[in-house]
Amino acid sequence: MKHSLLYKRDFYAGGLMILFGLFAAFNGPRYSLGTLMHMGPGFMPTALGVILTLLGITIAATALTEKEGEGEEGILPEHPQWFAWGCILASPLAFILFGKIGGMIPGTFMCVFVAALGDKDATWRGVVALSAVVTFFGVMLFHYLLKIPMPLLKWDFL
Amino acid sequence: MIEQALAGLWYGFSVAFEPQNLMWCFVGVLVGNMVGVLPGMGPLATISILLPLTFGMKPVGAILMLAGVMYGAQYGGAICSILLNLPCHPPHAVTCLDGFPMTKQGRGGVALGLTVFSSFVGASWGITEMIFLSPILVKVALEFGPAEICSLMALGLLAGSTLARGSPVKGVCMTVLGLLLGSVGSDLETGQQRFTFGLAELDDGVELIALALGLFGIAEFMTSVNQTAAINTQYSNVRLRDMRPTKADVKRSIMPMFRGTLVGSLCSLIPGTGPTIASFVAYATEKKVSKTPEKFGTGMIEGVVCPETSTHSSVQGDFIPTMSLGIPGDAVMALLLGALIIQGIVPGPQLISQHPDIFWGLVASFWIGNILLVLLNVPLIGIWVKMLAIPYKYLYPSAMFFVCIGVYAANNDFFQVGEVVVIGILGYVLLRLGFHPAPILLGFVLGPRFEENFRRAMLISRGDLATFIERPISAVFVALCVILIVGQIYVRLKGSKGDVYLPPEKALHPGAEQEATAPQPAPLSADATRSVPH
Repeated sequence: MKHSLLYKRDFYAGGLMILFGLFAAFNGPRYSLGTLMHMGPGFMPTALGVILTLLGITIAATALTEKEGEGEEGILPEHPQWFAWGCILASPLAFILFGKIGGMIPGTFMCVFVAALGDKDATWRGVVALSAVVTFFGVMLFHYLLKIPMPLLKWDFL
Repeated sequence: MIEQALAGLWYGFSVAFEPQNLMWCFVGVLVGNMVGVLPGMGPLATISILLPLTFGMKPVGAILMLAGVMYGAQYGGAICSILLNLPCHPPHAVTCLDGFPMTKQGRGGVALGLTVFSSFVGASWGITEMIFLSPILVKVALEFGPAEICSLMALGLLAGSTLARGSPVKGVCMTVLGLLLGSVGSDLETGQQRFTFGLAELDDGVELIALALGLFGIAEFMTSVNQTAAINTQYSNVRLRDMRPTKADVKRSIMPMFRGTLVGSLCSLIPGTGPTIASFVAYATEKKVSKTPEKFGTGMIEGVVCPETSTHSSVQGDFIPTMSLGIPGDAVMALLLGALIIQGIVPGPQLISQHPDIFWGLVASFWIGNILLVLLNVPLIGIWVKMLAIPYKYLYPSAMFFVCIGVYAANNDFFQVGEVVVIGILGYVLLRLGFHPAPILLGFVLGPRFEENFRRAMLISRGDLATFIERPISAVFVALCVILIVGQIYVRLKGSKGDVYLPPEKALHPGAEQEATAPQPAPLSADATRSVPH
């Protein structure tokens, strides 16, 4: 019984909220609480942290008291897409890295390239073609039309 | 009062018809219609991407365009639901129930045609409501002191988080989390750095655009990637002449249209109940009043028209509290409010008198935009239908680029792009844990103003919390908050299982949909009176 409890989604949901709540509640007082009349900057975060902790406890406690959940979804989806998730999250990082070193063209290209690799039917040629097309239109739109201040091509190591 | 409103409207048209504003309005509804059709792209993500691009624009044009995306997407979303049975946009999930069977009978065109028409009716009513109600609300709200504003905001936040999707407790959690995120950065009064972890980039707080795109862009892409089944477009050959309804169809649709309008406008008046709830309640109502409720789900035109009308009436009505009180009802409205704040405009009851061009221009642009949408949707239906076939594997990488460049453009800084990644991970974890992150945005946008007013109220009352119940108007709001909480607890304890509104979870996993054997997007019971979600 106890073992299966830990697999309950709401148990973790509550736990996460308690974590956030405690973080705010313990860090809030560092910014001086003040009095009710003259509230300091720490008052609101502390109060919100306490509320969040209490709500988290409610969620977790409900999860503990409830019977074995029917139709309860697992924390991971049925087919976890670790690779695709990684690609999606890496895509903005590629944008930062290549955008900083090389400018808008390489940044855009790599951003789309990395993201597109995550699809299960991705082929190298398709991904390169898509990246090229998006880069072309992206540069047209954002550099020439909207004039975002980001150099198109450059070369400097940060 | 009425003359004043009409004079305002007249002025609004003169603003909205300025060539530049007209163009932005057109761009807005066009983009909105487009993303509405595309499965897997929502108005929230689109508005956040466009937001940084509006910084250089005049406030009127910017807000006209962003609002256009919002209601334009509602027109597009219906196409997706009716022709593909894909409830990718929550307000239209319920339209699938009868819309798709109609498509299978070869009457998809008729359903679309009547949807466009009824949407226009619903929207028109919503706009009319906005014209006449907003000035009245403003008159009342101008008398509000900090205590009233504070308790009104609390009511708005509470309603927004408990009446929306999913569990109320989790909704409140998200709001509180949003308020906490809103407190990151320099404190308004003392300049004290809060939760910045020593990062100078966080001094100005978390970037609104990064937050919105992380939660509704990246987190959504992570949910949908490789989960989408091949889209079945076998029924989507709709031509213009298929859209002409028969006389009998029109006759059957008139009453549902009225009822839908009514439900939608009622829902828009209750803060927190946006278009999604409106459409579900409308469907349930229609089923209840129908003489043949058993036929619902087999392609009844009433089941398409009524929810669509109410969605549109509620979408337009949602602008009322946002523009007249500065209290957004849902995440999209919060984002629009954020756009105003970025433009240096303080939202609140003084908005109409201080920036009449924005308020009345917006109202007038709603009419223009809705007429444009009817024109866009009827003759060009073939083009929209073709867009449905764009595969997700091209869509999301392109969208990732838009996310990155959009966030970058907000401050011309790469730091915010990194912020998006962190928020995206958080958003995905929250989604998996059964939270719906929309209220985070509500809390985030209202947070700083809530804190400011709370502090001011406390200063005025010399630190006496009783001020919130001693002042009569504030007391009413507090009482409503209490009723809301007690009501939720009561419903929960009673163990109501047959809720009318269940979050269309399928909307997040379009892959689960298969063609003919598709599960119903969301179970509905005929009980329309209990509209409180589970």
